[in-house]
Amino acid sequence: MAKQVSVRDNKQYVVFQIADQEFGVDIHKVSIIEKYMNITRVPSTPDYIRGVVNLRGEIIPVMDLRTKFGLPLREADDDTRIIMLKLNDITLGVIVDSVAEVVGFAEEEMESVTSITNDRTLDYVVGIGKVDNRLITVLNIEKLITELTEREQGV
Amino acid sequence: MDMNQYLDIFVEESREHLQSLNSSLLELEKDPSDKGVLNEIFRVAHTLKGMSGTMGFNRMQRLTHHMEDVLDALRNDRISADSDIVDILFKCLDALENYVNTIVSTGDEGNNEYKEIVDALADILKKGGIPSKAAKTSAKKTREKPAKEKESEKVAEKAEETAGSERELVEFNEYDLNIIKKAFEAEMNVFQIHVEFDKGCLLKSARAFIVFQVLEKNSDIIKSVPSVQDIEDEKFDFEFTVVVITSNDKELFEKEIDSVAEVVGVHVTPITPEMLGISDEELQVKDGKMDGQAVSDAEDGSAQAMQDQSKKAHRTGKTVRVDIDRLDVLMNLVSELIIIKNGLENQINAKDYSAWTESIEYLERVTTNLHDAVMKVRMVPVEAVFNRFPRMIRDISRELGKDIELKMSGVDTELDRTVIDEIGDPLIHILRNSADHGIETREERIKLNKPHIGSIYLRAYQDGNNVVIEVEDDGRGIDIGKIRNKIIEKGLESPDIVNTLSEKEVIDYLFRPNFSTADKITDLSGRGVGLDVVKTKIEALGGTVEVESRFGSGSKFIIRLPLTLAIIQALLVRIGSEKYALPLSSIREIDNIKFEDVKMVRNREVIILRDMVIPLVRLNEALDVKDAIPDEKKKHLTVVIVKKGDKLTAFSVDSLIGQQEIVIKSLGRIMQGVKYIAGATILGDGNVALIVDNNSLAL
Repeated sequence: MAKQVSVRDNKQYVVFQIADQEFGVDIHKVSIIEKYMNITRVPSTPDYIRGVVNLRGEIIPVMDLRTKFGLPLREADDDTRIIMLKLNDITLGVIVDSVAEVVGFAEEEMESVTSITNDRTLDYVVGIGKVDNRLITVLNIEKLITELTEREQGV
Repeated sequence: MDMNQYLDIFVEESREHLQSLNSSLLELEKDPSDKGVLNEIFRVAHTLKGMSGTMGFNRMQRLTHHMEDVLDALRNDRISADSDIVDILFKCLDALENYVNTIVSTGDEGNNEYKEIVDALADILKKGGIPSKAAKTSAKKTREKPAKEKESEKVAEKAEETAGSERELVEFNEYDLNIIKKAFEAEMNVFQIHVEFDKGCLLKSARAFIVFQVLEKNSDIIKSVPSVQDIEDEKFDFEFTVVVITSNDKELFEKEIDSVAEVVGVHVTPITPEMLGISDEELQVKDGKMDGQAVSDAEDGSAQAMQDQSKKAHRTGKTVRVDIDRLDVLMNLVSELIIIKNGLENQINAKDYSAWTESIEYLERVTTNLHDAVMKVRMVPVEAVFNRFPRMIRDISRELGKDIELKMSGVDTELDRTVIDEIGDPLIHILRNSADHGIETREERIKLNKPHIGSIYLRAYQDGNNVVIEVEDDGRGIDIGKIRNKIIEKGLESPDIVNTLSEKEVIDYLFRPNFSTADKITDLSGRGVGLDVVKTKIEALGGTVEVESRFGSGSKFIIRLPLTLAIIQALLVRIGSEKYALPLSSIREIDNIKFEDVKMVRNREVIILRDMVIPLVRLNEALDVKDAIPDEKKKHLTVVIVKKGDKLTAFSVDSLIGQQEIVIKSLGRIMQGVKYIAGATILGDGNVALIVDNNSLAL
């Protein structure tokens, strides 16, 4: 599958699908990818926070990227994964339809997004990477996570 | 050698010394003629001076040094202690605490010189007609030696005069000799320097480090006896010898090293070629500079470790001092765990399932004990918070011109470290309240026929799974009538209702935020200012506050705190398809209520239970559970009755699962502060259940 894992300056991205669109996150920010597991709902949280899971004794909040990006809900199936993202000491799980592969491309190959799309995902996009005619939307993890922590602090 | 490794020890020990200084000063104030206490204070000040000097905190050292002068004059009866002097000494204590706090947060002592305190100390000596030697010496150098040390220095100097040249040379190997020879060839001086520290020197390796720094600035160290490593590890007796190669002269070393605090003897012995049996012919004196190669090689070997002193900010971590016995208990329990593990393995291999139940029972016993043991490790006596209060009450009473005595009991009652850290502020608040508004002035008290010294009692004791802290004063108490008027005045309730409120309910208004902040005048004997903050804080810790008061004869604040926060007994309940844990400690009872006993009062649902009217909170609504079982499908309503303060609230649930010991886990940064949820726990099946925050849900 992964043809493009090559060349020096390339940064590596974990590529996953949500509603037929391909997204990527910096591999250094991914701590582990888990199969879908039971999520405990937490009251009075935004709808895109699905709840918390037990990740080896740690309680980790889980976000549904479909809801976050305004896409219709999808039942969890065998392909559904929870990607555990780690930023500093905060871990956040995100539910995705499926995880495909790891690809590498240089930062220069990434196109900025301001001119391309205009939807809710835009705020969380770093840029779009092109690999073999595939378009991979690279997500801004910092933004996703800091937004959540700031929300709780009432900023 | 990295100074930072000593910083933690320094901070820890300084804190202890400051604490003992604090209590000694309080004693001194009571009896200014007590020589024993004076000596103790002097000793502490001296130790602090030594320690701060060792660590290179010169400002702190200077201040303690000035203190020492005054203390010395006090104990030699050249001046006598009065309240002004004690006041200034207290200020010194505050300043020193500030230094230590600054050191904790930044790794450095900061720039505050506390000139006014130093001046005040100098004034005391001036008034007593004693020349301040500190003022003089500090002008040129930040060091001094108390009389005792001075003497020993003189002795040492004499000894040096006579014995100086006879001092034995350290043994050189061929390599050393080679370097020395090269040094001679380059016409450099080679000195053997013997340094002796005061026997009372604390952190002697840190002192040695400073000496090494001085040496490295002026010379190249080629040999050290004992080795640098041993010196770093404190494996030496208050003295060491180094051999250096330098272009500087002997006097410079004597002066510079002698100026390091707690050095009592420096002997610089020049090494000549003859002493080493090197003949002049062997030396081929080169013109110009030596290439220095050999010297720097040697330096790499011996002094490298001493060079990398990192100056970066150092923060000290939270620590708990643990009794070694407690650790032993832990160790034993862990070894029992291993035994069980091995036993289970054997049983599995032998397919001997009959013994499993036994093993699991054994495991349960061990985990319970392990829990207790770990909790004990985290326990700290309340003394850690209480010990600052005598000083605080003293300051307040002087400030207010009242006579107040603080009587503490149960200071060895233990609480979890996290609780200890949080409980200080609320207690300060309550104590201030009692001193400021509770206790009357001396005149008033005499008029009222009360003992003219007001008393505040601070008691701590364990009560089941709680620790109770009481603050009681024999002051004027709370005027319930005035609060009632205030409630009406503020339009919080109508007069009819206010008059039906019980005393307790009236007092509860004091804990309302709007009640206190809107009006700060002390009509209500001031109670209420910020009491809401106290209450919030204590409730956040899972505790409760109550007030008992008798108008005219005093009031009592009773704080109940849970022993530990990490593991609790909980009741697991089901609401719809979700499971929740309710902390058992606040649960009063569980009942099945008939629907006809659910009534509406003032637009709120209540239940009638044994003639009591208890407000009802439907947990499925509060927690927004979508698939809860509707009333129509239930025969009765299952309610869990929870006590908060002395009010009851009924929580409706779908069904009960049972009682269980649960480990409280934090929801993490992203989820913290979620309404009505106190945390989460992991159930036996690996799923997460949320812990309901009884306190915020109860009405």
